[in-house]
Amino acid sequence: MSLFTSGFWDIYVAGLTIVSIIGCGVLLWYQSTHRTSGGETSGHVWDEDIKEYNNPMPRWWSWLFYLTIVFSLGYLAVYPGLGSYAGMFGWTQVKQLEEENKEAQAAYGPLYDKFAAQDVVSLSKDPAALAVGQKLFLNYCAQCHASDGGGSRGFPNLTDKDWLWGGTPEAIKTSIMEGRTGVMPPWGPAIGDEGVKNVTAYLMQISGNAYDSLRAYSGKEVYAKTCVACHGADGKGNQALGAPNLTDKIWLHGSGEEIAETIARGRTSQMPAHKDLLSPAKAHLLTAYVLSLSGK
Amino acid sequence: MKTDVVDLYEIRKTIHPRAVHGWFAAWRWALVWATQIVFYGVAWLPWNGRQAVLFDIAHRKFYILGFVFWPQDIIYLTVLLIVSALSLFLFTAVAGRLWCGYACPQTVYTEIFMWIEQKIEGDRNARIKLDKQELDIEKATKRGSKHLVWIALSLWTGFTFVGYFTPIRELWGEVLTLSTGPWETFWILFYGFATYGNAGWMREQVCIYMCPYARFQSAMFDKDTLVIGYDPKRGEPRGKPVGKGAEKGDCIDCSICVQVCPTGIDIRDGLQYQCIGCAACIDGCNQVMEKVGRPKGLIRYDTVHAMEGQPTSILRPRVLIYSAVLAAIVIAAGAGLWMRVPLKVDVIRDRAAIAREVEGGLVENLYRLQIMNTTEAERRFEIAASGLPTLAVATEPGVQLAATESRMVLVRLRVDPKQVKAGTHPIRFHVRAGDDEQVAVQEKSVFIVR
Repeated sequence: MSLFTSGFWDIYVAGLTIVSIIGCGVLLWYQSTHRTSGGETSGHVWDEDIKEYNNPMPRWWSWLFYLTIVFSLGYLAVYPGLGSYAGMFGWTQVKQLEEENKEAQAAYGPLYDKFAAQDVVSLSKDPAALAVGQKLFLNYCAQCHASDGGGSRGFPNLTDKDWLWGGTPEAIKTSIMEGRTGVMPPWGPAIGDEGVKNVTAYLMQISGNAYDSLRAYSGKEVYAKTCVACHGADGKGNQALGAPNLTDKIWLHGSGEEIAETIARGRTSQMPAHKDLLSPAKAHLLTAYVLSLSGK
Repeated sequence: MKTDVVDLYEIRKTIHPRAVHGWFAAWRWALVWATQIVFYGVAWLPWNGRQAVLFDIAHRKFYILGFVFWPQDIIYLTVLLIVSALSLFLFTAVAGRLWCGYACPQTVYTEIFMWIEQKIEGDRNARIKLDKQELDIEKATKRGSKHLVWIALSLWTGFTFVGYFTPIRELWGEVLTLSTGPWETFWILFYGFATYGNAGWMREQVCIYMCPYARFQSAMFDKDTLVIGYDPKRGEPRGKPVGKGAEKGDCIDCSICVQVCPTGIDIRDGLQYQCIGCAACIDGCNQVMEKVGRPKGLIRYDTVHAMEGQPTSILRPRVLIYSAVLAAIVIAAGAGLWMRVPLKVDVIRDRAAIAREVEGGLVENLYRLQIMNTTEAERRFEIAASGLPTLAVATEPGVQLAATESRMVLVRLRVDPKQVKAGTHPIRFHVRAGDDEQVAVQEKSVFIVR
């Protein structure tokens, strides 16, 4: 592979390199003796009266110089360096990376294979598997779901038993690998400010909070027309659509004014797909770890 | 005008120093014994069921007697290096190249190697004769056995060196079965090769051409520094006292001082950068002075001022300043080591998950505490936090750590948002050992309400 458009430059660079190295050797040899007009000093005089004595360096010191020249020629024969010459070993950074990956695979592959062969439920009770799972979780998941899996506003808590998209091993693995997109449409324009307030009051009622009974009565009617399709007649949600259960006290986006805001303006939530980042074995372990979080 | 061609590089002329006995040689041998008993011996010393001094690089734990140092304690290594450098400056300002002459490994190993050489090949004259001799059975046997003993000692030195980084008793087992790991093998051979090469072959060239300290030590010298010097007032004119009335100095020009010099110089030419301050010439000259019935000390430790007949002052500014700085650092380091708490805590706050709402309307923040038990006993540590009203630890408030264990612990803190303003508040974590209130650490962090 040439980095240049013309082959001339390869030869130019290689030639320059070789000439420089050999030139260094010749210069060293040429400079290892000195002609003098006799006497103790070299005969050079600087600034009128500064003379240079000959204090010879040890001979092995010049051997070290020659050694570096031999080394550099050997290096250039073995490794790439002369123009586009690939070197005797054909070494490249990419090949080195591939080899190191292969070594890592050989070292850690059997461990993951062993875990991949077990089912998720038994893995979620195996401390060795969970120790590896926690490391993976801290790498891939903790940024949004927090180090303990407890989530934060907008990012679901994985340690409770409330599941937006289902808590079976298969559903969890699909969430991890394929990602999820949860869409709550904005209802403000359709049901108006009063409608939003009334539905909010109704939600307070079905989730067991203090509520305004008059508004809740009207809100129930609005709910039956607009919300029921996704959240169900009983308000328990629908895991096939990612529609949350509204009867528990868990509010993903906040329990205060945020509820009315969610109804009026809608929400779009994104769990990114990890299939390009995680091997199936790692996803398997992560599924077990996430399952273990809610089992505590 | 004739022209000469001179070589700018010269082949080393082998120096065959003559063996010397005397007061200063005895001191050097005492230091050879002291340093080598420590070096070869300490590696085998046990301490509470482990090696007393072990630098476990793989696990990043450095055991020195009762202490376990972690990479976080690098400050102590820095202090050690500063103390070493300042001591060197102080000793040099007071008495010249004491380190070079008596304690430097280059000197110590050269001394040992020369002793072996002398036992096998004989003293200076025998060695010079052997050098000139054609290669025959006698020369091959002497040279061969000398190098064999040198190599054996060098390998033992390399083995001992590696024994400070990998448990020496296990290493010995591996050496006996030839099953040392690749890096252990490399370092035993490399360190052995360096010992053999430097003490056997390079010798004074290390001091003259390679050692940086040898080149900058003259910056610490002044005319009140004790140096090894020849007294020309007493010695000159030198020569054999022949005939009556011949006015000769004390120096009989026997050249013993040149013969014993390990760097091959003539001390009578004055102070030279090649002089490592070993005092072999003092011992040599004193013996000769005794034999010819003249007072000792023609070559002696003295200051340039004293040699010139002027008063010498020992307590001069550079000595006082080096001493004061050295004392301050030693005291500070000693106090630091004395008060060192064998517990380390790092707090990392979850960055993306800022604050979350939990049941009861409380706000929760999450922290990863890396708790490091640097003692060699299992211990329980209590975790608490302070700095905000209603601040409470919502996770398990204690953790059990094994000996020298480091563990990441997730800690949740909660506050009641009705009692605390919105925003970011500084807080402190308090981690302390359950069995010892003195073993406690405070770490700063922040709590974000919303």
